[in-house]
Amino acid sequence: MRKIRLIARLDIKGPNLIKGIHLEGLRVIGSPNVHALRYYQQGADELIYMDCVASLYGRNSLGEIVKSAAQDVFVPMTVGGGIRSVDDAMYLLRCGADKVAVNTAAVANPQLISDIARRFGSQCMVLSIEAKHIGPDRWEVYTDNGREKTGRDVISWVKQAVALGAGEVLLTSVDREGTRKGFDVRMIRAVTQEVGVPVIASGGMGKPGDVLDAVLEGGADAVAMADILHYGRATIGDIRSAASTGGIEVRAYEPA
Amino acid sequence: MDYGVGNLLSVRRALEQCGATVAVTADHEALLAAPRVILPGVGAFANAMAELRRQGLDTVAREIAARGVPLLGICLGMQMLLDESEEFGATEGLGLIPGRVVPVPALSAQGHPQKVPHIGWNGLVFPEGKKSKATTLLGPLKPGAAVYFVHSFMAEPADPAHRIADCLYGGIPISAVIGRGSVFGCQFHPEKSGAVGLTMLRAFLECSEIPVLA
Repeated sequence: MRKIRLIARLDIKGPNLIKGIHLEGLRVIGSPNVHALRYYQQGADELIYMDCVASLYGRNSLGEIVKSAAQDVFVPMTVGGGIRSVDDAMYLLRCGADKVAVNTAAVANPQLISDIARRFGSQCMVLSIEAKHIGPDRWEVYTDNGREKTGRDVISWVKQAVALGAGEVLLTSVDREGTRKGFDVRMIRAVTQEVGVPVIASGGMGKPGDVLDAVLEGGADAVAMADILHYGRATIGDIRSAASTGGIEVRAYEPA
Repeated sequence: MDYGVGNLLSVRRALEQCGATVAVTADHEALLAAPRVILPGVGAFANAMAELRRQGLDTVAREIAARGVPLLGICLGMQMLLDESEEFGATEGLGLIPGRVVPVPALSAQGHPQKVPHIGWNGLVFPEGKKSKATTLLGPLKPGAAVYFVHSFMAEPADPAHRIADCLYGGIPISAVIGRGSVFGCQFHPEKSGAVGLTMLRAFLECSEIPVLA
């Protein structure tokens, strides 16, 4: 069986690490890089940075935060929020990102997915989907950090995006995000059944054991977590043990 | 060795973290004077080789190897150490380690389709009877230590003795670390492989009494 990746997700607003509920009501948690370093040292397999106000350039921008993280963090980093062009992607990769995650601009212009994939490789192009449940086994794509409806169906969108070159999918349930109620397993399953690329489940992790549902029932290749880590309800190590005990293969992690 | 391909920030920082003083340069004199040289690489084989040749850095790399100065190729940098790659038609490499670069198999050992590129964390396995491990940069590492891979092509050294460590992808062995004398290559990204990657880089910086090409 493949190794399931445990990913720490850091939502950023301005210079701060923040956390909301349903991507709203944002509360400041602290310094992004203090937390990033902590999660790296706990053994996170990857980090995801998502800028919820899309401040790509300027002082205290996402790029500066990533550059600073790259000083101390030696695992892959995915960065998203406000990427509108190949040049934006290039800028973040030069700051130390390994992959870029695109949502809003990809919905507005799906060609951007192909452009980024062709320039940097599919493994670099992560499709970020923010989804809300709208009916039995139906989910709608939202943009602008869960604020704007698009009318697009999650399943048809993910298929289209993968055909265009998306190499990975970050699937965030806006309904579950920040609620600690567990993952939207039905949605994860619906997506993993349709595409061959890795799917990262995000939104709703309440306890370490929730990883098992996302992976064993949902078929997720990786799990992104935020709230559970930021509020110190569990460490990456706790989650790694729960995953391993539950029969999921994870990276053998040896601290330095 | 900076030949203008890709972002070297992470490699530089990882080496600094291991205590090295790092110069990112294409200057021939500086490279020939360095006690350790890293050949990084991302992107396509043919482009990278063309760029090395254009700047005369292929000759510099061969001279570094001939002098017995430890040289480490990372990812595409490892693949360039071999004689030739099949990526987009046959392209000549540096020829420092005999062998070829071939596609990662799209079928597993059981004949099931598998994803290419090979991306993610995978454990190192040491070939049976590898007795020289202690003299290489893998001395401190345990079998199963996981490192981070992103690649579509893989190195196939002609001489099994040059295979220091593999990983298994769909049950098929893929060269993870190769070495011949003072020339080493790793297919994974040590600068993205957490503590294990840093341990290997530290061993590369500290290795001594490496025999010249054999």
